[in-house]
Amino acid sequence: MTGLAVVAPPEAKARSSREVYRDVLVELLPVDERLVCLDTDTGLFSGIDFGEAADRYVNLGIAEHTLMTAAAGLAKSGRVPFANTMAAFASSRAVEAVKIDIAYNDLPVRIAATHSGVSAGHLGPTHHALEDLAVMRALPNMTVVVPSDAASTDTLVRQAMALPGPVYLRLGRNATPDMPDGPPVRLGQAQVLRQGADITIAACGPYPVLAAFEAADVLADRGIEATVLHVHTVKPLDVATLAAAADVTGTVITVEEHWRAGGFGSAVAEALTELMPVRVHRMGLPDQFVGVAGSQRSLIERAGITASAIVAQATRTRREAGHD
Amino acid sequence: MSSTLIEYPGSPPVRPADLDEITIRIREHILAMCAGPEGGHVGGSMSLVEILAALYFRVLLVDPHEPRMPERDVLLLSKGHGGIALYAVLCEAGFFPVERLKRYCAPGSTMMAHPSTAVPGVEMPTGSLGHGLGLGVGFALAAKLDGTDRRTVVVMGDGELQEGSVWESAAVASAQGLANLVAVIDRNGLQITGETDTITSLEPLADRWRAFGWRVLEVDGHDVEALADAFSAAPVVDRPTVVIAHTVKGKGIPAVENQARSHYARLSPRQHRSAVAALRAGRPS
Repeated sequence: MTGLAVVAPPEAKARSSREVYRDVLVELLPVDERLVCLDTDTGLFSGIDFGEAADRYVNLGIAEHTLMTAAAGLAKSGRVPFANTMAAFASSRAVEAVKIDIAYNDLPVRIAATHSGVSAGHLGPTHHALEDLAVMRALPNMTVVVPSDAASTDTLVRQAMALPGPVYLRLGRNATPDMPDGPPVRLGQAQVLRQGADITIAACGPYPVLAAFEAADVLADRGIEATVLHVHTVKPLDVATLAAAADVTGTVITVEEHWRAGGFGSAVAEALTELMPVRVHRMGLPDQFVGVAGSQRSLIERAGITASAIVAQATRTRREAGHD
Repeated sequence: MSSTLIEYPGSPPVRPADLDEITIRIREHILAMCAGPEGGHVGGSMSLVEILAALYFRVLLVDPHEPRMPERDVLLLSKGHGGIALYAVLCEAGFFPVERLKRYCAPGSTMMAHPSTAVPGVEMPTGSLGHGLGLGVGFALAAKLDGTDRRTVVVMGDGELQEGSVWESAAVASAQGLANLVAVIDRNGLQITGETDTITSLEPLADRWRAFGWRVLEVDGHDVEALADAFSAAPVVDRPTVVIAHTVKGKGIPAVENQARSHYARLSPRQHRSAVAALRAGRPS
């Protein structure tokens, strides 16, 4: 959203995942003639000069259903469209077109879904997307990617270009802190940030990953060594890495910025419990709308997704599983 | 349904001179919220002020002391990003004290940028465009089935008319003969990225609505009495009414009037002071 805002937000130096994504697209558009940027009056591209590729930036107006149907038509005609809207509108308002026109036809549409989770904060439940992972991962052919910071966004958007089918890019509204150092980010592979034999903490999204990483330090002080997985690709899920970790630790905690129902944690539980006896506890937002204002971080913490809550849950889960 | 001025139960009628002062105070409330830490949708809220003032002070049967009064009229702010205008008008109409506006977008506050039903007087949560008219069809159909004279008013933005769902609901409303349904279009001509008619033209707007079976009224959207007359016009049998209110985005803030960049803003203390001063200097009329 643009405006006459002159008061810089405190995190203005860092870039949000939506801005990083935009800058990658602005770079790629002129060099790949297949690409088309479809906008729905988001404001994300205000002031952007696409140069010779300007005819491949099309603002459809406030029309999210047409965004998805038109993207399918373009893709079927040989183009690679980027469909830009907020996650809330991509995953609920326009989802029938995503399902039937894009996923069913296995078309190379990149859905750039901004303001995901509660990153729209004060804009309220109409603009929160806490169901999108459940919805999108249920669709055959769909790849679901959740970058966690500026660097991983840059990497994953570029890697997603190589995929032949549809991709859901779950992007945030505001800048979020950088992720801890780890092995290179590769689409489809869980990133192992820390290895331990006592419990696995698998996290998805910026604040959940940071909370998991912080919790592992506290647990280590208490003699509990955690494996921490940064899972940025929810579908296809890196079951091999998850299963290898779970096989060692026997207990798994998942953490995500999504309703507990149907999201990343559900995907992990579905996959692991078919392979082995394992205790999986899913941490996410409770089964209610987030009907109060607040920053992304404060709303997540209010929902009980904090390092200390992960520490407490890890202790409890291990005790209940008989590992204490 | 009466075309006469309807008063709040138990409240004295508001004189035109008082209403001038009320609309200035509504704009002051909006500016104050936009000067808060999260800012606000200032442009499309300023364009709404007279529309909502006319509805709440001249037209709607509502009781601020009993927001859920069964026989009340229903207002749906389909352009939910005008939430701060609605909050300001509800506050001035007595639904809640001004202190509550100071909690706008404060951490933990239910008074978010888009309206929620936790705020007294808000009928339905809105914010995703293109829902209000369909909701209004439901409210109006219920009133018709119940045999009540409840009136349902749906306020939409003009950019919102780019959502296809609006036209689905428009067709249903006329097919169902919902004479008790009034749609209001805040025709400020701008959306986030520029001019509505440059991005996806809505013209000929009045003819489009007529083609969908609606009675069309056009009015100066900053003239409270003209708006009130249009909203109170006797209904046409079996036909819903749309009032196209020609407005100015950012109305009342000279620095951003009629500019798309007024869509959302976080006002600095200096911008806030100068905007308030402009209001008190006699703008808008």
